[in-house]
Amino acid sequence: MTALLPRRGLAQILALIVILAVDRVVSPQFFDLRLQDGRLFGSLIDVLNRGTPVALLSLGMVLVIATRGIDLSVGAVMAICGAIAASLADSHGLPIVLAAALGAGLVCGLWNGFLVAVLGMQPIVGTLILMVAGRGIAQLITEGRIVTFSSPDLVWLGNGSVLGLPVPVVIALGMLIITGAVVRGSALGLLIEATGGNARASELAGVGTRAMILAVYVWCSVCAALAGVIAAADIMGADANNAGLWLELDAILAVVIGGTSLFGGRFSLVLAVLGALIIQTMNTGILLSGYPPEFNLLVKAVVVLAVLLLQSPKFSGLAGIAARLRRTKA
Amino acid sequence: MENSRDPAAPLLEVRGISKSFGAVRALQEVDFTLRAGEIHALLGENGAGKSTLIKVVTGVFPRDAGVVRLGGEEVAPRSAKAALGAGIATVYQEVNLLPNLSVAQNLFLDRQPMRFGIVRDGEMRRRARALLADFGLDIDVAAPLGNYSVAIQHVTAIARAVDLSARVLILDEPTASLDRHEVEILFRIMRQLAGRGIGIVFVSHFLDQVYEISDRITVLRNGRLVGERETASLPRLELIRMMLGRELAETTSARASAGEHKPREVCASFENYGKTGYVTPFNLELRHGEVVGLAGLLGSGRTETARLVFGAERADRGQARVEGAAVRLHSPRDGVRHGFGYCPEERKTDGIVAELSVRENIVLALQAKRGLHRPLSRREQDEIARRYVRMLDIRPADPERSVGLLSGGNQQKVLLARWLATSPRLLVLDEPTRGIDVGAHAEIIRLIRELCDDGLSLLVISSELDEIVTYSDRVVVLRDRAHVEALAGEAIDVGNILAAIAADGAAPAHGAHA
Repeated sequence: MTALLPRRGLAQILALIVILAVDRVVSPQFFDLRLQDGRLFGSLIDVLNRGTPVALLSLGMVLVIATRGIDLSVGAVMAICGAIAASLADSHGLPIVLAAALGAGLVCGLWNGFLVAVLGMQPIVGTLILMVAGRGIAQLITEGRIVTFSSPDLVWLGNGSVLGLPVPVVIALGMLIITGAVVRGSALGLLIEATGGNARASELAGVGTRAMILAVYVWCSVCAALAGVIAAADIMGADANNAGLWLELDAILAVVIGGTSLFGGRFSLVLAVLGALIIQTMNTGILLSGYPPEFNLLVKAVVVLAVLLLQSPKFSGLAGIAARLRRTKA
Repeated sequence: MENSRDPAAPLLEVRGISKSFGAVRALQEVDFTLRAGEIHALLGENGAGKSTLIKVVTGVFPRDAGVVRLGGEEVAPRSAKAALGAGIATVYQEVNLLPNLSVAQNLFLDRQPMRFGIVRDGEMRRRARALLADFGLDIDVAAPLGNYSVAIQHVTAIARAVDLSARVLILDEPTASLDRHEVEILFRIMRQLAGRGIGIVFVSHFLDQVYEISDRITVLRNGRLVGERETASLPRLELIRMMLGRELAETTSARASAGEHKPREVCASFENYGKTGYVTPFNLELRHGEVVGLAGLLGSGRTETARLVFGAERADRGQARVEGAAVRLHSPRDGVRHGFGYCPEERKTDGIVAELSVRENIVLALQAKRGLHRPLSRREQDEIARRYVRMLDIRPADPERSVGLLSGGNQQKVLLARWLATSPRLLVLDEPTRGIDVGAHAEIIRLIRELCDDGLSLLVISSELDEIVTYSDRVVVLRDRAHVEALAGEAIDVGNILAAIAADGAAPAHGAHA
């Protein structure tokens, strides 16, 4: 039993190393880094930069999943908040743009949390509502067009650099640290894990399970709002149809690869972000390899299966049985 | 009631069945005999071993020892399906049919009449109608089963079982969700089936119904056989004694220690407290350094009282006071804030968080009480966990072990520790010794007394009357969701409690059979 503890995270780290090695084979310059105009360039930096939206989403998603919930609306929330940021960027200062976008995220999170925690809807159904409606709202905001902007402040958010690193990467890192500090620095982490592990028992122990659930959906949407702003800043425009499309699935995948069970309970923020990086490392590798991007989906599926099998206690059990069978046959 | 059946060859004979789950002995050398054409009630409180016995006989659980003979031949089914094949059918309280399929499809599931590989729907419906007509049911068999009442779903399940050539029919709490009229329909069908020579095992905690329908009664207690009696010659008081009590003589002496004490200060009081359709309003005073026992049969309102007191259920009338001050108890959080603790009966679903460690489970209530912004540091958590692991002798003594891996007794101790860590003034314990092995059982009883001596106020529910008698300073007896009797001091003995449980309301029904 004790041998299992240090193994936490091992599967993910091994998977990342293997994928990095494969990337190195298909693209010999993969690990090359160069400094240009005070900013680092290279495939590794690309991985971090491109991986930022999903990493941000997974930070919120992992908390939601830890309470035994799921949030399908994060992609749509990205679209809404990206659209708001893009529409305001050229007429307002960055603080107002950010406040408006993140405020919209907060409202989205309160809506999801209200449906799940207060009305008691099943999370997958409750958040499906905003997943569908959200994209419509985003289209209403952009009036069906792709809204472009040129505000240098917002563009900097997507393309600037701090200490050589792209701004989005710094933001994601900051969010990881903030989330970690809040969740593990307060009692929130324990109470979220208890709520996800057994909500009835936790409530009887005096845990405010509704407040926990409401809080995680709010945080999840705020993370999604930030991801939406970054995605819009990156392309200097907001595309209500495609911004964040299907990214909720990547975020869920990242959380699952990070070892958090969809049945709630124990979670790890760092491993969820690592899961997001694993996904992005694969994507980038396939792009660099010159294979058609369609392969991406298949390869992703295989890698996900491999990581999940590595984590599964049943699989190690099966492997044990297979080994015994082989021995008895021999 | 017809009792004039040939007692010669038993239909189903169960001899010396034992079954353990880990350290818990769920069944110990239990015998059970079912004759052809009889309706045989299988009785006992929660955890007595009724379900385990049924599951062992029907092959759902493998047995550790013993034999099962059906019509004289030894059978050892490996699954419920194999048992059905042998002629033993079980209908559970939660009907396990498919509500989205039609009544006819449910009746002939797995054995639809076929021609050229195609289901003959018309033929199936015709046969379904004929089958149900035997049971006095004339319904549209093409409609989904889920459209019908629970009673009709039950009859469908029974019809299916009987049509599969069942000789033994086991009905596990079939009447729990039926109204009076539906119960009568079910009873008529049961008598009809018994008339055809089918042996019926009837599990129920409604004693009136047991007296109305059964020919014979077998009582289990703590996994052991207490006895088998003819229903007609078994007075109700005696039956309840079989279910709850043990020897009267030995228990009265055990009480001597819990003698008279000075009147103590009131810790919490409840005036005219109740909830419509849940518990009839009651008055209850809980004092520091005193154990109040709640006694009564299953479904008498014991757990309901406990949940109201703790705040897990919201009262719709009455006033609660803590140390004299009026308070509102609208949620468990309110209860915890006022210094209450509650160890529920269902440890696994309502108590522990199985995946989390012993340490995390122990600090959970204290942390919830302190609030988010005042987290217990890891060092404080370790210290609290270590203290209670030592104090309550929780084994294995590893605070980092997942609590789901512990035995029932140790899980119970973890729950006690969870509440003790909050320094409560009142602890509500619902069946604290259920499903716990003998050693831990005695320890928990000793703990209850010790906590009380430390000035804690305790409200304890137990089906073990001698246990209640041993530690209680006062005993409240419940019947039909109402508090009907309060015993104190010398008046507390098993005989008085039994008399209060069996008194008046029950008497007429019994009189009809005596």
